[in-house]
Amino acid sequence: MNHISPVLWQFLIHWLQQFAIFPPEASTIAPYADALYFTLVAVTIVGLLLVGGMVVVFSVRYRQERHPQAVQIEGSTLLEATWTLIPLGIFLVFFVWGALLFFRIYNPPANSMNIYVVGKQWMWKVEHPGGQHEIDTLHIPAGVPIKVTLISQDVFHSFSIPAFRVKRESIPGRYTTVYFEATTPGRYHLFCTQYCGTGHSGMIGWVYVMTPEKYRQWAAGTTSGSSLAQNGERLFSVMGCNACHAGNSQARGPNLYGLYNSRIRMTDGSTMIANDAYIREKILNPSLHVPAGYVPIMPTYQGQISEEGLIELVEYIKSLDSRYRLTQMMNKSELDSAQPAPIGPANQGVGAAPLQHAPASGVPKP
Amino acid sequence: MSTILSLPDQTTAKLPRKHFLNQEYGLRSWLLTSDHKRIAILYLCSITFFFVIGGVLAGLIRLELLTPASDLLATDTYDKVFSMHGLIMIFFFLLPSVPATIGNFLIPLMIGARDVAFPKINLLSWYLFVTGGMVMLAMMVLGGVDTGWTFTVPLSTHFLNTNVVAAATGVFIAGFSTILTGLNFLVTIHRMRCPGMTWFRLPLFIWGHYATAILQILGTPVLAISLVLIILERTLNIGVFDPTKGGDPLLFQHLFWFYSHPAVYVMILPGMAVMSEVISTFSRKRVFGYTAVAFSSVAIAVFAFFVWEHHMFIMGVSQYSALVFSLLSMLVAVPSAIKVFNWSMTLYKGSITFEAPMLYAFGFIGLFTIGGMTGIMLATLGMDIHLTETYFVVAHFHFVMVGGMLMAYMAGIHFWWPKITGRMYPETMSQVAAMMTFIGFIVTFFPQFILGYLGMPRRYAAYPADFQVLNVFSTAGASVLGIGYLLPMLYLPWSLVYGKIAGDNPWQATGLEWQIQSPPLTENFIEIPIMDHEAYDYDWLANKTRHEVQTVG
Repeated sequence: MNHISPVLWQFLIHWLQQFAIFPPEASTIAPYADALYFTLVAVTIVGLLLVGGMVVVFSVRYRQERHPQAVQIEGSTLLEATWTLIPLGIFLVFFVWGALLFFRIYNPPANSMNIYVVGKQWMWKVEHPGGQHEIDTLHIPAGVPIKVTLISQDVFHSFSIPAFRVKRESIPGRYTTVYFEATTPGRYHLFCTQYCGTGHSGMIGWVYVMTPEKYRQWAAGTTSGSSLAQNGERLFSVMGCNACHAGNSQARGPNLYGLYNSRIRMTDGSTMIANDAYIREKILNPSLHVPAGYVPIMPTYQGQISEEGLIELVEYIKSLDSRYRLTQMMNKSELDSAQPAPIGPANQGVGAAPLQHAPASGVPKP
Repeated sequence: MSTILSLPDQTTAKLPRKHFLNQEYGLRSWLLTSDHKRIAILYLCSITFFFVIGGVLAGLIRLELLTPASDLLATDTYDKVFSMHGLIMIFFFLLPSVPATIGNFLIPLMIGARDVAFPKINLLSWYLFVTGGMVMLAMMVLGGVDTGWTFTVPLSTHFLNTNVVAAATGVFIAGFSTILTGLNFLVTIHRMRCPGMTWFRLPLFIWGHYATAILQILGTPVLAISLVLIILERTLNIGVFDPTKGGDPLLFQHLFWFYSHPAVYVMILPGMAVMSEVISTFSRKRVFGYTAVAFSSVAIAVFAFFVWEHHMFIMGVSQYSALVFSLLSMLVAVPSAIKVFNWSMTLYKGSITFEAPMLYAFGFIGLFTIGGMTGIMLATLGMDIHLTETYFVVAHFHFVMVGGMLMAYMAGIHFWWPKITGRMYPETMSQVAAMMTFIGFIVTFFPQFILGYLGMPRRYAAYPADFQVLNVFSTAGASVLGIGYLLPMLYLPWSLVYGKIAGDNPWQATGLEWQIQSPPLTENFIEIPIMDHEAYDYDWLANKTRHEVQTVG
């Protein structure tokens, strides 16, 4: 829409912001969402004028004083077909337009930076890959695509940033994702929009969008010293996971190196993709789907590890995959090169396997 | 203002000597009645009672939201207030509003029957409704519930200490009253039509209620199942909705919305049914495109069952299933659009007058169009992400349910008041009430669309101060709206004693119900009529009236 007249567009946005008719546009998605919204509003107004016009004009022209005798009309197939097909056509246009936007918001590009968010009564716990933890705040760099992976520790919550026009439910027992790329540095509302009990209206916070340079400083100053994957590695040994998942040929459990995003064949003949949800489910409910060639001897860790702990374990197991590590590293360097300052020391995930390690796929070797 | 009102000469007019209201006297004659008209009045009294409770709760919500902080009500209290507002208004007012009162009263009259197919089951359904209502009241007195009307798990099953089981039981019991009413209507419309009353001679009111009955019978059992599962999960921990036991909390939402989306059509279809009658009568014209309006009701009833997932687009459902449900939601909007255009076109070349029912009906057209179009916005996948769970949704469903349904209900109550009571309501007063309702409604709920787009979440007891101005508008409008609803509650009872005698057919309407005395006899018709003309045949009515004048003269 802004190619019609940038000046007019800017003026309109300014005027609307003064009167707070719509929230600031602070993500790459926001202008697309607003364009769709304004079109929808325009169509609504046209429809309303049409119906309202009919009602008002007919009420004036055919009121009883002026038109004492009604003329009986059966109907008109042509007219009715018109007002069936035209609305249908308009609705279908919105269906396609809305679907395109939907798929954009919920399908993050491969080079997105990963942030994990756990919703719990009544706070948002944010876990950055570099090991930074936050509660009810989210610091992100502008100009970098960000994929937020959500889960809830108790009830349904919903992660909403109106200025980005994105929202995603945080569900107990299930990872969901949402993607955005912030454009304008500033401070924006973060809401929980799903009713979650007494503290629902207190489950709000702020999103701080920073320039990449500022973000790097913030990240360096806030980290707890070890990355999410390193925390996961520690938890992995504390829970005794490496007793079975030692990664050698004598191990009783599958090798986890290169597991992430590979296709696994199950004992029942089906195949599953080893994504985040798969890894989480394997820790909590290992006997539900058993990979071919293994016996279900793994005990469940249900109730023993918090959602944050699970995220650390998942991140660790992901980091054992060289492709994942490579993307993460490339994102990091992209972020670093986005600002003029010299590239600082990378606080990257643990390098547990050599980079040239060929990505495993198909059936994991026992 | 001109009028089609043809009242009998008021100096000599008398109510009929014998009618259903004076057939028998005493509490017993009401509580054990099997007369559909008396049961309708029992329902009318009970739902008005619940409407007052729900309305007071709504007032509390708006007062609390006048300021950003949670100061009038504590957060817990606020949660209970909005939960009970939703539960009461949906399950104990909107769902039974038109079908159980106006529908119950009119369906046998309109199709030329002496009663519904199962008169005793009809009474049983009222008792079930009252029992459910009593359980709800007891639940409220004992401390209330704060699940929201949606009973979302696992919040309702494992994280709240309020009376969830009692609330679910109340709704469960009342649900059976809906099923029985639907069953009764379905059988009545199929089996009890008078000779000559073919399907396409039925008033559109009947078509609307037929579609409603299908939804009531097929949808409500699923609600019952989900409520039983809630109770079992809460008391016995069976784990169907608990992810740590291998259950899925999303399953509950599928079950709940599989009922609750059709339920919104259970609420709106009878309203649309009223609209067709009112618009036709006050423009003295057959409804434009009768068949299209009739079939659009059935189309809505069919599509209604296949759109439930649009409540869950952001909840991690498969993106491809979201596509399907978005498309189907677009399709369900088309029959509603057809209806709105057909009603507007009915006015063309009519002979229109503007009594209170017609003003309410105009209000319905305007507000329902806004409500419907904002529904399209919410069905648009990418837009729904930003709009859902905000005040935009709140405004949307209030435009449809209150702006649409309640307007239609008020139109219907005023329109058939002379038939039900034999007396007229005060016209000017009612017109004022209709306008106040309309203006108050717009001022209350329109700012909420803007609030929603700004991102203000639903169900917040306290909110950031940026949102206050619009909330003040909303609360101001709610007070006007409140007076708009209070007025009829005062002047309608007044008119029972002081209203003008209405006569058989004050509106000169064509329906069979208007061709008999007001209030009707207990057995409705002295002899079963024979339908020898189409619905909304104003020429037939004119001939009949001329003929009567000749015989009398």
